[in-house]
Amino acid sequence: MSRLLPFLGFLLLVVLFGFGIWWNTQHDQREVPSPLINKPAPAFVLPRLDDPAQSVSREALLGKPYLINVFASWCVACGEEHPVLMADGKSIGVPIIGYNYKDAPDDAKAWLAQHGNPYDTVIVDQEGRTAIDFGVYGAPESFLVDGKGIIRYKRIGPLTPEAIEKELKPAIAALAKEKP
Amino acid sequence: MSRNPFAGAHPVRDSAKRRGLDRARGALLQIVLLFLVASLAVAQAIDPLPFKDHAQEVRFQNLTRELRCLVCQNENLADSNADLARDLRHEVFDLMQQGKSDDEIKQYLVDRYSDFVLYDPPVQSSTLLLWFGPLLILLAGATVVVVTVRRRGRAGTTAMEDKPTDEGDDW
Repeated sequence: MSRLLPFLGFLLLVVLFGFGIWWNTQHDQREVPSPLINKPAPAFVLPRLDDPAQSVSREALLGKPYLINVFASWCVACGEEHPVLMADGKSIGVPIIGYNYKDAPDDAKAWLAQHGNPYDTVIVDQEGRTAIDFGVYGAPESFLVDGKGIIRYKRIGPLTPEAIEKELKPAIAALAKEKP
Repeated sequence: MSRNPFAGAHPVRDSAKRRGLDRARGALLQIVLLFLVASLAVAQAIDPLPFKDHAQEVRFQNLTRELRCLVCQNENLADSNADLARDLRHEVFDLMQQGKSDDEIKQYLVDRYSDFVLYDPPVQSSTLLLWFGPLLILLAGATVVVVTVRRRGRAGTTAMEDKPTDEGDDW
């Protein structure tokens, strides 16, 4: 038995190693779970991209759920996500608010003109100050906010058709059921 | 005109020599400038902020060293060149100007980015293994050593004159 001990120790390390590899394929190591889930979305007042004189606030959006999608024209992963939003955006059943993050408004407009605009409204946070309140650390990120202004779901990284089907749509369906 | 090659009075040769010297001096100056620019570039990773005094700057440096940059996750806020890190440094600076304490500033960031921003994670149920795991492994190792030493000691006293056991080969 004691002869086998070192071998068993080695086997244990191999199992641990294998588990580590498996775990890392299942989880995004860079993903930071948002502490804002099930907490009120931070207050914001941000100008609209198409008309900077008008602004959109958290209060103005209360009453109906919506999806905030953080994007920027400089963001490569946003370019991957964009066709998905173009294709599936209308089918999710809630308005999508584009959150233009640290971008030049002209670049953002050109980007949307070129690739299409899946957003109901686009708001601009050129400084990225409000984004800090949202805990944004990269684009794209998406927040599902319910009618009471509570963040219910967050997706870090591009929305994929799979993520929309398996995570976003069930989350939206759950919101619809809650309504009395 | 002197034929002596060592005479420095030859106008043409003299100016040629000077040109060579100037060129060498120019190259040296360029190298010095290059180093200067390089060191400036490093210094500008930490953008200058208008601190009230040196004490506040030290406090700022210490605080940002304890906070993790979320974009390049193996760097702290103080060292990171990422755009977001710069924004967060400014945020920390502004909060300091508002008279917030270090703990309040940390809490501000934790509220937005979770405990992940802290390089010194708090002791709580989810971090117990992180905090005390090494101690557990140390204890396990110590137990193995104690058990082995005892067993060998016993084997040594009873079976010393007997044929040697192969016990020792395993370890």
